[in-house]
Amino acid sequence: MSVQSSEPVLDVRSVYKRFGGVEALKGVSMALYPGEVVALAGDNGAGKSTLIKTISGVHSPDEGEIRFAGEAVTFETPEAARAHGIETIYQDLALADNLSIGANIFLGREPMKRLFGFLPVIDRGAMATAAKETMARLDFHVSRLDAPVGRFSGGQRQAVAIGRAIYWNARVLIMDEPTAALGVPEQRKVVSLIQNLKTQGRAIIFISHNLQDIFAVADRIVVLRRGSLAGERKIADTNPDEIVKLMVGG
Amino acid sequence: MSAHTSTKSVADPKQSRSKQLIVRIADMRAWLFLVLLLVFFETWSRISYGQTFVFAAYNAQSIAIFAVAPLLLALGSTFVIISGGIDLSVGFIMGLSAVVAAHATNMAGVSLSPFPAMLVGIIAGLVISLGPGAVNGWLISKLKVPPFIGTLGMFGVARGVAFLLAGGTTVPVSNSWFAALGNGRFLGIPIIVIIAVLFVLLMHYVLSQTRFGQHTYAIGASEQAALRAGINVGRHTRRLYLLSAFCAGLGGVLYAARFTAGAAQAGEPLLLDSIAAVVIGGASLFGGSGTILGTVAGALVIAVIQYGLVFINVEPFWQFVAVGVVIIISVLVDQTQRKLGGDR
Repeated sequence: MSVQSSEPVLDVRSVYKRFGGVEALKGVSMALYPGEVVALAGDNGAGKSTLIKTISGVHSPDEGEIRFAGEAVTFETPEAARAHGIETIYQDLALADNLSIGANIFLGREPMKRLFGFLPVIDRGAMATAAKETMARLDFHVSRLDAPVGRFSGGQRQAVAIGRAIYWNARVLIMDEPTAALGVPEQRKVVSLIQNLKTQGRAIIFISHNLQDIFAVADRIVVLRRGSLAGERKIADTNPDEIVKLMVGG
Repeated sequence: MSAHTSTKSVADPKQSRSKQLIVRIADMRAWLFLVLLLVFFETWSRISYGQTFVFAAYNAQSIAIFAVAPLLLALGSTFVIISGGIDLSVGFIMGLSAVVAAHATNMAGVSLSPFPAMLVGIIAGLVISLGPGAVNGWLISKLKVPPFIGTLGMFGVARGVAFLLAGGTTVPVSNSWFAALGNGRFLGIPIIVIIAVLFVLLMHYVLSQTRFGQHTYAIGASEQAALRAGINVGRHTRRLYLLSAFCAGLGGVLYAARFTAGAAQAGEPLLLDSIAAVVIGGASLFGGSGTILGTVAGALVIAVIQYGLVFINVEPFWQFVAVGVVIIISVLVDQTQRKLGGDR
């Protein structure tokens, strides 16, 4: 069930971004509400990547502002954005394939315990328990928690990357082409993962070229063209033809 | 939401059980090699000489002493190789440390009694090793020099400096404590073997139980993943090469103690043996995998081959052939395991 609250969790207001003489974003605005899935569509070079990188702290906007949970924020680094609960999942997923799900979730922040009361060791039990619980929240049941994630399929690895984000309480998840590298059954799994996250009240921006996926999961579509907002539609009020027209400017 | 189209899936399905078993066995290959070699030499020894090979205390001790120096180098290399790097300079860092430890012990011995003079020598030998280690780490993490090239350069620098300090010859040490450290026994076990065992336990703990070890594996699998997880990859890399150099330094100090002399070429033949030990022990040169216990088995495999072939009176040159064959088999097993395991 999607819960629409009145206040947006993320509010991007007339953001401009220039690289030398190239204006990559020309006053783009978009809002994102808790429990909402917004698809970001547009042709190559439309500014999708620049927009999500600006939101996630990779770039800082030249003009305009970004408000998070009602407060104006400036993220100098991706770490700062992450600390606020904005997590970006790139296509390469940034997983350590030789480590377990738990070790990936806790990478860089491993829980420690003391063996025999004095010797600090990584608490693998705690990591495995947290991994199991987190993955269960995504309806993903793992039989071998010590298996390296490299042994999992593409969709399962996507779930691990999402699990890592939600374990650390991400409120906004930005997903870059989450279904691009996957086969059809795996694409379905990712779509249902996104629906699952939505019911947990998390807000999701996902970039996709796949209109079928967009219509399967998104509440709204934001279409960019050459750095500007070409249009914004509720899924219920539009159809694929209209979106394609917005994308190519027909 | 329907559960069957969802992510409700079980990782590692049952059909891969047999594959898992093969992968498990492949993980243990160094220990398998070791057992096979011991069985081979034991059989040969009983048939030809009518005596035991493995259960003779003298043989076991000789093999252990034989294995100490290459093992120490290999312990540091295990970390570096898991992280996806390589350290070619360890052999001559070991020589440099041996020479410096010898000189320092002698010089301190002029004004100090033997025991503190030995301590000065040990500390000097260990500290000097950190110099080249720090430069290696700086070149690789800051200047982005490929590890192979950076440490090859340091191989030359350490070699030259070691020979210069030694005046082109070996530097004898006259210090009774130092000699006792290298040749003495405690409860019948050579002291250098005890030191090596303790160091192995420490390194095993660091690699398998600490964040430092965990991050080493992560960097070896994907530097991007480590960076995005907030790991300071540059600092970690610098520490790895310091650790590798320190292991070589310890090897050099123990060499100087055992032979009561420092020699620049002390570690020259050990560089490749130590890398071989790591690879036979199950580490991948692509990074991301390997264990300390595997490396211990790898070092023992090489020591058993070298000592065993001498023991059964085979021309010593065959040891190069045998070690080479074991390395190739080991890498082939590693590749097969990757395919079966579905990694990469």
